Amino acid sequence: MNERLGIVVSGSLTKGVEVKLDSSASIEDMVVGRFVTIEGQKRRFFGMINDVSLGVIDQKLTVTPPDTADPFIAEVLAGTSTFGTLHVSPSLVIGGDAIAILEGPQPVKTVPSHFSVVKLATQQDVELVFGTEDEKRFFIGNPLDMEVKLCLDLEEFVKRSNGIFGKSGTGKTFLTRILLIGMLQKSQAVNLVFDMHNEYGWAGTREGGPPVKALKQLFQSRVAVFTLDEENSRHRGVSTDGVVRIGHDEIEPEDIVSLRQTLNLTEPAVEAVYQVHRKFGKNWLQNTLDLKDSEEGRELLKELNIHESTFQNLRRGLATIRRLPFTEPNPPTNAVKAILEHLDRGTNVVLEFGRYRDITAYILVANMLSRRIYTQYQSRMEKATATAKDNLKPRPLVITIEEAHKFLNPEVASQTIFGTIAREMRKYNVTLLVIDQRPSGIDSEVMSQLGTKITCLMDNDRDIDSVLAGVSGRSELKSVLAKLAAKQQALIFGHAVPMPVAFQPREYGSAESYRDFIPGDKAETEKDIEELWE
Amino acid sequence: MVKESKMAEMQRVGEVIEASTTDFVAQCYELYQIPPLGSLVKTGDLNAELYAVVCNAATTSLEPGRRPIARGKDETSEEEIYRSSPQLMKLLKSEFGALVVGHKKDAKLYHHLPPQPARIHSFVYQCTPAEVTEFGQSFDFLNILLNARLTVPTEELVAASLRQMSQAHQDPRVFLVAAGKELAILLSGNLNQLKAILGRIRQ
Repeated sequence: MNERLGIVVSGSLTKGVEVKLDSSASIEDMVVGRFVTIEGQKRRFFGMINDVSLGVIDQKLTVTPPDTADPFIAEVLAGTSTFGTLHVSPSLVIGGDAIAILEGPQPVKTVPSHFSVVKLATQQDVELVFGTEDEKRFFIGNPLDMEVKLCLDLEEFVKRSNGIFGKSGTGKTFLTRILLIGMLQKSQAVNLVFDMHNEYGWAGTREGGPPVKALKQLFQSRVAVFTLDEENSRHRGVSTDGVVRIGHDEIEPEDIVSLRQTLNLTEPAVEAVYQVHRKFGKNWLQNTLDLKDSEEGRELLKELNIHESTFQNLRRGLATIRRLPFTEPNPPTNAVKAILEHLDRGTNVVLEFGRYRDITAYILVANMLSRRIYTQYQSRMEKATATAKDNLKPRPLVITIEEAHKFLNPEVASQTIFGTIAREMRKYNVTLLVIDQRPSGIDSEVMSQLGTKITCLMDNDRDIDSVLAGVSGRSELKSVLAKLAAKQQALIFGHAVPMPVAFQPREYGSAESYRDFIPGDKAETEKDIEELWE
Repeated sequence: MVKESKMAEMQRVGEVIEASTTDFVAQCYELYQIPPLGSLVKTGDLNAELYAVVCNAATTSLEPGRRPIARGKDETSEEEIYRSSPQLMKLLKSEFGALVVGHKKDAKLYHHLPPQPARIHSFVYQCTPAEVTEFGQSFDFLNILLNARLTVPTEELVAASLRQMSQAHQDPRVFLVAAGKELAILLSGNLNQLKAILGRIRQ
C-alpha cells in the first residue's frame, strides 16, 4: 500500500503543491479526494489530491504527437516527455515535528521541500489523522477508494451545530440515520428529531429495496417515537410512545412570525398578531377567529389600529392553522412536557408527522416545541452557571430539522428560534443538525456558525458556494465536491474533522450492518439473516 | 601478469594507431575484422582501462596516394579476386575510430573521459557481455555520444550503440525502454532527434 507516486516539483502553501508522477504510477489510478503523504526532509505532510492533470515536456509534442501505436515508444515517452501531475494540498503535519508527535496532527504552516517523495497514505496514516473507533469515535464510512475506517469524534461533533446537505436522492437521510445512531451510542447528547417524512422512527424507505430499520427498531429502550398522526402510525405498524396534540392556546405570536411566508401573511398582519395577543391574552387565536364582522368587531379593530384587509389576511392564515388536524382547543395531554421528560431521561425522541407533511405543520410544530425547549434549557443552564454546579446543566440536546431553509432563510432566520439556536444555543447545550437540499436558501450568518458540514453531491453553483463559504482551499474542495458520485458519497469538513475528506458512508440496511451498529446483539441479527433467506 | 592474461582471453581486435583525449583510431589485425558500429571496445594500460564506442570504420589502401583498382573482370566471384591476388590482403588495411565514453580505474567505472588519452600501440579488445552489462548500468555515456561531432550521424551512432548493448542484457526491451527514457529527458528540446533514435531502436 505504501506506493510511491512521485515527487514534489513546485507549489505554495496557499495553492498547494504540484507533484510529478513517476512513470510507474498510472495517472488513471489517481483519483481526486485520495489521501497522500509527503515525506519532507524534516516533517511528514498529509494531504489530499485535488486535481490531476497531464503535462508535456515540449509543447511540440501536443502539435505533432508521436506514434503511440507503437508500445515501445509509448512506454518510453510515458513519464518522461509526457507525464501526469497531481495537485495536492497538504493540510496536516503528521510526523517529524516535535509538536506533531506529541499532540497529533497539526495544521500545516509550510510546504515540503523540492523533490520530496509523495506516497499513497497508509491505513496507519489515516488512523493517525482521523483516529480509530473507540468510545468517542464512530465509524461513519470509508475514505474514497480506501479500505480504511473513517471515524468521527462525535463528542466534538455535537458541540456545534452541524449541517448535512445534498441534492434530493443523494443519501442525506441514510447519512443522517447513521449519524443519529452514532450520537446515540458515542456521545452524551440526546436527540430530538423532527421527522417530516417518517424516516427515522420505526422504518425508513429505500429506493428499490425493502424498508430499512430505523432508530426505534435498533435501540428499543433508548428511543421514543411521538406522532402527530396516530392513525397513520398505526397503519404503518409503528408502536408510538405518545401522540402530540397542540392546543390553540399554546400557539404564541412568535410561532406565527416564522410562518409568515408559508401562510402568506403581510408584514402588518404579523404586527397585528402581537396586538390581538396583548388584547385577548392566552386564548387569542380562538378569540380572533371568533371575532364577528359586526359593529363591535370593527370598533375593536379600530381600537387596535388594525386595518380591515390586514385583519382578513391574518384571519385566513390563522384559519389554516386551526384546520390542522392535530390542533385542538383543549388537548388532553401536554405533549411538550412529555417530550421534555423523555429528553431529560436521556431518551431520544423522534417526532413523526404522519400524513401532515405540509410545511406549515412542520414549521409550526418544530418551532413551538423548540421554543419551549429553548426556554427550559436557557433557564436551567443559567441556574447551573449561577450556582456553579455542573450536574444541574441540562443534557446536551441535538435538534434535527429537515427542509431547514424554510426556518433559516434570511427573512426569518433572525426571528425564528432555530436562528437563535444556530447562533448562540451552543452555550445552552442545544445544537442543531440541519438537513437541507438548498443550502443557498439558508441565512449566511447561520451557515457560518455551522461547525461540521457534510455534503453529498450538489450541482447548483449557488448551493455549492454557500456550503463552502469561508472554508480554506474552497476551490480545491469544489472540484472534489463536483466529482462526487450521485449516491452514497459525501464530503465532510469543519470542526469535528482535522481536514476535509470525501468518503463513502458505511453500509446501512443489511442484517450485517445492523449487527455492526449494535455490538453484542447476536441473536437478533441471526434472526434477521434467517429472514433474509426466507 | 594476471591482468594481461585476462585481457588476452578476450577477443583482441586491433591496435591503437592514433589517439586523442576524446577518441582513438585503431587498426585491425585482420582485413575486414572490424568490430560492429556502436559496439563497446576497450583499451588501456595498467593505470586505467578506456572504454569506447566504435563510431566509424574504413578499409583503405596501405599507401595514401595509391588507390585500389577493379580486378574482377575475368573472375567469377569476389573470393577469386583475393585468391588470384593474395598480395591484396597485405596492401589493404581496415581501421576503426572509437569515441571514448568512460574509463575504469582501481576497479571503479567512470562514465566520463579519462585523464590521459590511450597510448599508441595499446591493444584494443572487444568487451565481453558482462562488461557491457556493467557499463550499461548508467546512461551517462549517452550525453557524450549526443554531443560528439562525428562524420556518422549522431542518431545512427546512439541507436547502434544501444542496440549493441541491449544484446548483452537478459531483457533487451527493458534496457532499451530505460535508455529511451533517458534520451527523452536529454533530448527534451529536440523532439525530432528523439523520434529518429527511438525509431531506430524500437523493438
